[in-house]
Parts: sequence; C-alpha cells; structure tokens
Amino acid sequence: MQKGAPPVEDLALHIPTDVIDGPTSLIFALVAVLAVGWCTVAARRGLDERLVPLAGLATAFIFAAQMLNFPIAAGVSGHLLGGALAAALLGPWLGALCVTVVIAIQALLFADGAVTALGLNVVNMALIATFTAYGVLALALKVLPRTRWGLGVAVFAASIISVVAASAGFVLQFWLGGEEVGQSLGAMAAAILGTHVLVGIGEGVITAGAVTAVAVARPDLVHALRGTPLARPATLAETLPSKTLPSKDAA
Amino acid sequence: MNAVDGLHRPGDSPLHRLRPQVKIVGLVAFTCAIAATPREAVWAFGIHAGVLVALFAVARIPASWVLTRSLVESPFLVLALAFPFMVDGPAVHLGFLTVSEPGLWAGWNLLAKATLGVWAALLLAATTPVAGVLAGLSRLKCPEILLQITAFAIRYAHLTVAEVTQMRLARLARCDDPRFLWQAGALARSLGTVFIRSFERGERVWQAMSARGYTGRLPLEVGPAPASAVQWSAAMAVPAIAVAVAAWTAVTL
Repeated sequence: MQKGAPPVEDLALHIPTDVIDGPTSLIFALVAVLAVGWCTVAARRGLDERLVPLAGLATAFIFAAQMLNFPIAAGVSGHLLGGALAAALLGPWLGALCVTVVIAIQALLFADGAVTALGLNVVNMALIATFTAYGVLALALKVLPRTRWGLGVAVFAASIISVVAASAGFVLQFWLGGEEVGQSLGAMAAAILGTHVLVGIGEGVITAGAVTAVAVARPDLVHALRGTPLARPATLAETLPSKTLPSKDAA
Repeated sequence: MNAVDGLHRPGDSPLHRLRPQVKIVGLVAFTCAIAATPREAVWAFGIHAGVLVALFAVARIPASWVLTRSLVESPFLVLALAFPFMVDGPAVHLGFLTVSEPGLWAGWNLLAKATLGVWAALLLAATTPVAGVLAGLSRLKCPEILLQITAFAIRYAHLTVAEVTQMRLARLARCDDPRFLWQAGALARSLGTVFIRSFERGERVWQAMSARGYTGRLPLEVGPAPASAVQWSAAMAVPAIAVAVAAWTAVTL
C-alpha cells in the first residue's frame, strides 16, 4: 500500500451513518457489547495474564494483514476482512476480540464506519465472520484428511462462508432497519451475497495460504489444529534421511 | 508511520487542545443528531454541514484532505445511487430516467448522512492523537482490558506493518509482480511468517513484562486528565445545535 494513498478500491463493509435505523443499531450494539464481554472472559480464561500482550500483538497482526492489498484482477485489489484468519489461528474468542479492536480503531482513528454503527459492524465482521469461520473449520477438519491440502481446503471453505455470512448479517440488519425497498430486497440481497462470494474467494486463497504456511512451520500456533501437527506430506517423507540412505548405498 | 497513527494532523487549534473525552462524546451526540434529522429537511443538512465546515476551518484542516479521506464511504455511495431504481413508489421523470420518488429521497438520505458522519469522525481523528483517543475512552469508563489490548496493538502495529512493507519490497526486488489472485501464493506465505513472528514477539513481550513483575494489571498511578466544565459546555454547544435542528425539523415537518 502506498503511503497516504486513500484505499479507494477497497471492498469495505463498514456501515456509515443511518443506513440502519436507530432501534436496530441499538439492539445490535447491545448484542455486540455482551458478546465482546463474553469473548474477553473466555479469552482470559485461556491466556490469563498473557492476554494483553498476546491479544495486542495478534491484533497488530490482523491490522497489518488488512493493509496487505491483494490483486483480484489487473487494477482492482481488495484487502482481507481477517475473520477467518483470526478464527483459524487464534480461535473464536481471541479472534473475535482482536477483530473487534481492529474495527473500533478503524472507526475512531480512520473514520471508517460510523460510531453509531459500531455495534452493527462488530456483529457482522467480528462476531458472525469469526464464529462462522470457526464452526465451518471445525466441521471440515473432522471430514477432511489432516494434510496441507485438507487444511487448505477447510480454511478456504471457512473463509468464503464467513465472508458471505458477514454480508448476510448486513442484509438481515438492512431488512430489519434499513430503507423499505419492497420487492427489490431479494435482488439486493442476491447482489450483495454474490459480490461477497467473489470477495470470499480472494479472502479464501490468501487465508488458506497463510494458515497452511503457519501449520507447516509451527503447527502449535494454529488454534484450529488443536495441537496436533499435520500428517507429513509424501514429498517431504521422501527426502527424509532414512529414505535417502539406501539410495546412497546403491550409488 | 502514517498508516498506523490514524489520521492525526498535529496542530494547536482550540479543537486540538480540547480534551479527547469531550470530543468523543461530542462526536457520538452529533452523529446521532444527524441520523435523527428527517430526510425531507434539506436545509437542516446544510446547517449541519456548515457547522462542520466551520470546525474544520478552526482546526485548520484543508478541504482537499477531507474530501480525499471521505472516499472511505464510496462503496455505500453505490448503494445510494441504486436506491432510486430499487425502491417502490410513485415514479418521477428525470430527463430520460424514470426513478421512484421515495427512492430518490432514500438515496439523498444515505448520501447526506453518510458524508456528514464521515466528516464528523474525520474531525475527531484529525485533531486527536492515538494516545489521546485511548485516554478519552478511559475517562469514559471503557473497560481497561480492551484499552490495554488496543494500546499494545497500535504500538506493535508499527512493527508488523513495517515487516509487511519490508517483505513486499523484498518480493518486488525479486521480480514478484502478482496480477491475479492465483499468483498470490508468496503474499499468503509471507502473511503466515508475519503471524509467527508476531505471536513469538507477543510471547517475548509477555516474558519481559512478567520478569518486571507484571501480574495482569498495568501499575498506572496517573490517570488521564479530567475536562473542565468550560470545555464540556463549549464542546457540547456543537452537538446541541445539531440536536436542536433535528428536533425542530422533526416537529415542524
């Protein structure tokens, strides 16, 4: 990202002022406060006094990850929402907490998303995205083989579904408290969800690449793997010293 | 680095000197007033905008900067442009276009309120440093644990962003130039590396902190300064104007 250049082509979901009416915003703000409070308690249970430094650094990482613009096609780029990345690497509680902090920083320091819509944005991008991604990931890892490809496919699917679920959260909020668009709501929902399938594919490719890279180097840091490393891929097994010895003898 | 320090523009205007907690409350009240203003009261939005423009002038923030930064809301402007064609209702003719009247109002509503909301938030972001925003939130009784995480995140975001930038330069120096998504593998792997480094750094920071006797609370004796009644009343005058305008238009229309 060029210094100081405004992120014009970024696909952002941050809801501005009064797209959703007051009562709906208030209800979702209340949901967000309760859920984030619960996430804080649950994350602290896992990390105790390590919570502040580790969550702080993880948030800094999500923040940096969102600054990485990736190419969608020539001239168009997008950036990660980070929900699936946070869920896979940090787990649902800490992950949702970190994404929430990122969204709050963006609203207060970057004027991205209205302060009155903070609750809506947190519910969509931090809570729905992270928890959906974690649910899909947990299910997919039960079915798929525990290899690089299995993990990659699981993370890819979890990313797409989480991005679409987050945009579905917006459609729900719009249906509850947005403009009365009548017949057009279906068309609008289809347009929003369809666009976000495309966004989700981009998110999925990057997230799957990042998570498998971490899983190969430090499997203990991938929360979704629950401490068990991946099965060793065949290409690596062939280069192990025990397998190379016979060939040396033959030579 | 610009990318992490928010949009703060150092200065010495009365708005810069105002205590951050006052500005945050003012921003929330002002945004609520904008949201509550009926869409048909076009002149009321003129007053809201006039107030904001005057404040930008007081804070010596150039209009070009505000307009560039307002592009953050551009995805929603597409929605505003789509409303006249989506919303049901009596049709009006605009040249060769036939659009619905309630749809036009909905589009105007979104355009006006989103722009004013972004401007108000930009005013806070431009006149308040990061530490100030955190101090203000602390005065407003925001949970301390969230503020500590945020403070850590912003402090170390400088490092992680610098790492990401450095890796991007290193890739470019080795002729990496992905133009399509399926070429983005190196980018994804470097993201994984940044995560491992960040997490390991987090563990090192925690070890250093616990070596200095950290037990889960920061031993801060000095809290952020309170704001005087004069500051509160001066700052609340602005949202008060907006609330008065919103209430007046809601009654008269």
